[in-house]
Amino acid sequence: MQFFLDAFRWLLDPANYVAGAQSPLPIQARIGEHLFYSVVSVVIAAIIALPLGFYIGHTGRGRQFVIGFTGGMRALPTLGLLMALFVIVGATVPFTQAAFVASIIALVILAIPSTLAGAYAGIESVDSQTVDAGRASGMTELQVLSQIEIPLSLPLIIGGIRASALQVIATAVIASYISLGGLGSIIASGIGLNDNNRILGGAMLVTVLALVVDGIFALAQRLTRRRGFSDTRQQKTHVRGRSLGPVTVAGTTADEGKK
Amino acid sequence: MFTANRRARIATAVIAAGALVALAGCATSNPTGTSPTDSATGPKIVVGSFAFPESEILGNIYALALKNAGYSVDTKFNLGPRQTTIPALKDGSINLMPEYNGNLLFFYDTKNTARTTSEVDAALATKVPKGFRVLTSSPAEDKDAYVVTQELAKKEGLVSIGDLTKIEPFSLGSNPQFGELAYGIPGLKSVYKIKDVTFVPIEDFGGPDTVKALVDNAVQVADIYTTSPDLVAKKLLVLKDPENLIAAQNVLPLLNSKIYSAKLAKVLDRVSAALSTTDLIALRDRVEGSEKAQAATAAKDWLTKKGLLK
Amino acid sequence: MSWFIENVDLIWGLTANHVALSIVPIVLGFAIAMPLGWIANRRLALRSIVITGGSLLYTIPSLPLFVILPYVLGTKITDDRNIVVALTLYAIAMMVRTAADALAAVPADAIEAATAMGYSTWTRFWLVEFPLAGPVLLAGLRVVSASTIALVSVGAIIGSANLGYLYTNGKQRDFLEEIVIGIVASLVIALVFDVVLVLLGRVLMPWTRRRGRTRFRSILPVEGVA
Repeated sequence: MQFFLDAFRWLLDPANYVAGAQSPLPIQARIGEHLFYSVVSVVIAAIIALPLGFYIGHTGRGRQFVIGFTGGMRALPTLGLLMALFVIVGATVPFTQAAFVASIIALVILAIPSTLAGAYAGIESVDSQTVDAGRASGMTELQVLSQIEIPLSLPLIIGGIRASALQVIATAVIASYISLGGLGSIIASGIGLNDNNRILGGAMLVTVLALVVDGIFALAQRLTRRRGFSDTRQQKTHVRGRSLGPVTVAGTTADEGKK
Repeated sequence: MFTANRRARIATAVIAAGALVALAGCATSNPTGTSPTDSATGPKIVVGSFAFPESEILGNIYALALKNAGYSVDTKFNLGPRQTTIPALKDGSINLMPEYNGNLLFFYDTKNTARTTSEVDAALATKVPKGFRVLTSSPAEDKDAYVVTQELAKKEGLVSIGDLTKIEPFSLGSNPQFGELAYGIPGLKSVYKIKDVTFVPIEDFGGPDTVKALVDNAVQVADIYTTSPDLVAKKLLVLKDPENLIAAQNVLPLLNSKIYSAKLAKVLDRVSAALSTTDLIALRDRVEGSEKAQAATAAKDWLTKKGLLK
Repeated sequence: MSWFIENVDLIWGLTANHVALSIVPIVLGFAIAMPLGWIANRRLALRSIVITGGSLLYTIPSLPLFVILPYVLGTKITDDRNIVVALTLYAIAMMVRTAADALAAVPADAIEAATAMGYSTWTRFWLVEFPLAGPVLLAGLRVVSASTIALVSVGAIIGSANLGYLYTNGKQRDFLEEIVIGIVASLVIALVFDVVLVLLGRVLMPWTRRRGRTRFRSILPVEGVA
């Protein structure tokens, strides 16, 4: 218990927040970096995965591919991926950018499966009667997608991004082993100096950051859920899988986030 | 429906579980090093190493030499920096480490002023805590060094560490702990009066990343060890250290006193005496250069060449 | 390829260690998550504790957990048990939600029928709830298996001799082949484990081949782990 208290004291020590302090301090700079890497990775992953997921969910084409792909990705060891990418990227790109480029590629690869799964599972979960009603009223396929399917499945889509964001935040920690900044560098220096305050304090910061981001996403999911025009009806069609749909997407994919 | 094949199913599950356990059980504990010998006598030796190739080579050399002398030897390599290996020695995870006398002395006594090999060895003998001991140091040395590119040195007229004032502000790359160790950034500031230096942590013990950072000018100065094959290959320059900020760094074994015996000391002393700095550079080149030999192979070949294996 | 051939023994040894380090967390995580999942379905309050606890566990990054555990457990810092315990915690965190959801999805009429036949809670669990939840549990277990095998490698940063060694060692020597071989070996282990789990599922739940499969399919969008 004592080292938890010590680490807590370390976190609250203003000396660790003085601007211009030597790496891995100040703490706020590392938090900023960590958030920056995470946001960039999750956004790039979303740009790639969402349209693909919408297409697959809407047309039903390539479903088997996605199932295999997301499953296979889960088995990919992120540490190995990071280091392989660093060696590959480092051969052509200068050092200052190599760590960043390699880490972002690895984190994007990590974030794609959950985002993709959320997107296509979301679109697929929309009641087919509602979709047909849209078609019957003369909507084009694109309109059906953008005006019916996406709005109705937003909680699931956001759930997928939420899971990938958590994974990215936790995994960005080990990117410090290819000299990326962020909270991982506090933990790495703690390991290097056998300083439990930094190891534990850094871990707490990562956890808190993940929880805050998770909370924001949870809020976004709740808000978007209310927007659906037939809230009760949607609930009813999913009565058996009530908690299963969204939860499983999040639950089965957030898990390898610690690589 | 549940009873018809139930027994068969349970049997299958039991067999499957048994197979998994058996598979788990047959795993070896030390694939990166030598395996323990069966007919060995004496205390069980567990050799550790730092998480960089040279240390793993040295660990393998110790392990093979001792195994050859009849000891039961196990290995736990790649443990991390000294800040990890010393606790591992304390809790008995390992009981023998290839060490470097100067940095080890610094670890135990940050205020020491010993610099030459004989000074450091003498000081170290008194500073090693109870329950541990060091053996005779080897002439082979691998020092931390402040390194710049020859190109920058020529352009700015850099010869010794003190000349770095000419290129302030600059960045320096090394392992995270270098930012806080006496011979690292604090020493640079107090001994060489450098004021404006940005520390860039690079987690690879002066390995390829650190060299790359230096060559790409992401950092202007880096802590690269003096046995690095890249010093020549990448046209780097080791800055002179007239104030002796960095102490002698001779290779020597650090061990738990419980495993000490005159016989063990004799085996390791022979190894230490035979090892030279040139050997270290050559060994590192085999492992880290284009050949990519495994540390265990390079260690074995060296011992054979020196006639240290029966 | 020559490096691979020269170092088959090393790679095999690391692979065996990797497998050993993966099995215990997968099995133990499943065994511990099942009762937790069952309890979670008894009371709503317990459910939120279990589910929230699970997601809280996810957010702890693995590397600092590996480093801190020796102080908590009193183990030696190079003890592989630290990694096993950490991975078991993650496996529980992953599995508990699936277990709770899978058991919750067992049709109420099946449970009522079993109760009407006079089954005790214990017998009913093993003969009705567990088998009916089986397909979803299997899907969850496959996810746990793949993730655990991938996660073991992080232990190499603190000296554990598993396939992760090839990643750190390869990076230190700027040696891509070694890293890629390590990644491939890790993927092969994951694939073999997955095939074993699927076959085990077929043998233990022969009825899923005939029917019932589609019913659960829609629940798990990522059922088919490669």
